[in-house]
Amino acid sequence: MRFPPGVVPSKTPGGRGGPAVAYVNARIVDPAAGTVAAGGMVVRDGLVADIGAHLAKAAALSAAGPHGMETIDCGGKCLAPGLIDMRVQIREPGEEHKETISTASEAAAAGGVTTMVALPNTRPVIDDAALVESVARLARETSLVRVHTYAAVTRGLNGKEMTEFGLLAAAGALGFTDATHATVDAQLMRRALSYAKAFGLPLIQHPEEPQLARGAMNEGELSTRLGIPGIPAAAEIIQIERDIRLAELTGGRLHIAHVSTAEGVAAIRAAKRRGVRITCDTAPHYFALNELALTDYRTFAKVSPPLRGETDRRAVVEGLADGTIDAVASDHSPHDQDSKRLPLAQAAFGTVGLETLLPVLLELVHNASLSLPAALALVTSRPAALLGLKEGRLAKGAAADFVVFDPDAPWKVDAKKLRSKSKNSAFDGRLVQGRVHRTVAAGIPVHLEGG
Amino acid sequence: MVNNPFPGPKTGLFSACLATPSGRRYNAALMSSLALPTGRLRPRHLLGIEGLSAEEITLLLDLSESYVEQNRARGAKSTLLRGRTIINLFFENSTRTRTSFELAGKRLGGDVVNMAAEASSIKKGETLMDTAMTMNAMLPDVLIVRHPDSGAVKLLSEKVDCAVINAGDGTHEHPTQALLDALAIRRHKKRLQGLLVAICGDILHSRVARSNIHLLTTMGARVRVVGPSTLMPTAIDRMGVEVFNDMRKGLEGVDIVMMLRLQTERMQGNFVPSVREYFRLFGLDYDKLEVAKSDALIMHPGPMNRGVEIDSEVADDVDRSLIREQVEMGVAVRMACLDLLTRNLLANSGAAT
Repeated sequence: MRFPPGVVPSKTPGGRGGPAVAYVNARIVDPAAGTVAAGGMVVRDGLVADIGAHLAKAAALSAAGPHGMETIDCGGKCLAPGLIDMRVQIREPGEEHKETISTASEAAAAGGVTTMVALPNTRPVIDDAALVESVARLARETSLVRVHTYAAVTRGLNGKEMTEFGLLAAAGALGFTDATHATVDAQLMRRALSYAKAFGLPLIQHPEEPQLARGAMNEGELSTRLGIPGIPAAAEIIQIERDIRLAELTGGRLHIAHVSTAEGVAAIRAAKRRGVRITCDTAPHYFALNELALTDYRTFAKVSPPLRGETDRRAVVEGLADGTIDAVASDHSPHDQDSKRLPLAQAAFGTVGLETLLPVLLELVHNASLSLPAALALVTSRPAALLGLKEGRLAKGAAADFVVFDPDAPWKVDAKKLRSKSKNSAFDGRLVQGRVHRTVAAGIPVHLEGG
Repeated sequence: MVNNPFPGPKTGLFSACLATPSGRRYNAALMSSLALPTGRLRPRHLLGIEGLSAEEITLLLDLSESYVEQNRARGAKSTLLRGRTIINLFFENSTRTRTSFELAGKRLGGDVVNMAAEASSIKKGETLMDTAMTMNAMLPDVLIVRHPDSGAVKLLSEKVDCAVINAGDGTHEHPTQALLDALAIRRHKKRLQGLLVAICGDILHSRVARSNIHLLTTMGARVRVVGPSTLMPTAIDRMGVEVFNDMRKGLEGVDIVMMLRLQTERMQGNFVPSVREYFRLFGLDYDKLEVAKSDALIMHPGPMNRGVEIDSEVADDVDRSLIREQVEMGVAVRMACLDLLTRNLLANSGAAT
């Protein structure tokens, strides 16, 4: 990781080799334990040195802690593990005019995200161990937050020849995926699920049968009125159901990305009950928006899979509430104006999401669908568990990756002001609640509100 | 330009026109006979039928009616749009619609320029937005746009200062076609309310069908859509129509049979297995027409595929086919749209100053 301009870790309180720092007067959210409690945290050497209720007050600290330690008063705001966004399209290498690792990391830091997991659909495609290493090196040099990557299932995402799973896993790939397209060939998918077992890594599948998914929006009354080719919900359900069978057949680990339909959620729920090794995630737009966002041909709301009807949206919320859906990822998909200022059918799929992930997720807390720790678990401890990451929790000895935020502070999303290089936000103009005050990665503040 | 009532510096010609409302340019009798909506900003564009009220549609049809008479009295060319520039911007091949708009503009005394985008800068990679900006810089009063993508005309209308008429966008809307169809029906049946209309064929890919459904249901007609289920859009019944997959049932007791063009490229998409089978099941012939009312009228937006969706004998039946009259109504309806939109331009700019 790079550091913000002018920051030297050894001279920064909390940084590696630097003095210790105490964050006091906070409400500590422990997503894994499901608790919110007054407390504080001491950070030293980029790690959590101590955490708990006994550090809630600065006065208690000066009596117990090392003399002269710098303290930061959190003013009663929430302090939680930094967010893990398990599905980000970074565009570097190859499409740096849309986003770079550096600009994505600035957006991530502003959104409280301290770990991004990148899809392999860059140019070139991440289908070789050397490329996994080169992304890691680029990230070390240019990113403010941690960056991991998935590797492609097939070479160049061609859907035909499997990549070197073993070498890619050794290089640090967290899983295998053909990114924004499903791995279609059933025999190949079967073997990939089977072969990946040896490395303990999941296959991450985009849930859309490609022949049925050739439209531009959800198929229904609205697509008929707008005259836009539709994508039926069955495109998703068919793909999910097939892959569940293959996971059962092989015993491999299957992860379904961004579930958007009621029946997709139901199929996964049933599979989990049967004991299939399956997990899934969804993105904020699938629980906060429905297809009506495309009225007037708004291309910023064109995403893949498409925004669905209200019944589907509610089913996704239910899937989050009952634990069927394991994680929420932003599905950050930056696109420049030339890819989006087009007639709807021609415009690119995707919305940026790193900076709106937390506040849109918090809508589920504000409307009482989820508790605060349960909502945060979807972007911290649970994705960490399913990807085998040690981040996503705060305990003595863990990396000091965390976010201080006010869950109630209201603001209005203004796409023009987003840090991401691309401004294609489906949430542009939305009123949200939940503001990040400070994001800290490895003990170093990488984002300060107003800074 | 000899009798231009608004002489002024060349560069500010159009804005000067807009800023100086004058009754002199308008047919005073027409103006007073029409209940124009007042007290609010009048619509600047005609992008679709969806959202228009029955009053607005009636207003347009009444105005069109007067232009039918004017057109039949040959030689009575109007000067209503003198000094106004109309650009036909067609991103998709069309002969009849473009010619119809061109004639409408010229009969009102406007200057009409045709841009076949097919053959121009679009081919060189210019985006729709760039084209919009280029057109806008030429300061036209009305842009008439056809585009193969649904929503493209609306997108373009957001970037220009002039009035925009949708001459067909993708599979979304083709408002002037629906208006001309309604005019033709109304002249024969004296009403739209209560009529039973069957729209037959490729509903899925038809902007004509969508605009007609909006218009006819708004005006109180009952609409059926008839065609193979593969060419029926999802949830089309939610637009207030009855769905039939059998011509003999769908045509039973109807007043109007509106046939749609089946595009032959649909064969490759496996929407229907063959032309032969399609004609047998859905092609309009006297046999299928038998169940319709005895005075049922036959319409087709053109161009026709004889022997695919319609039998030649039926198409040419002078007593029942409105197909030629539809073309005539097209010019009148487009004159009415140009008239009203340019009037609105003036009224709105007057309201703004």
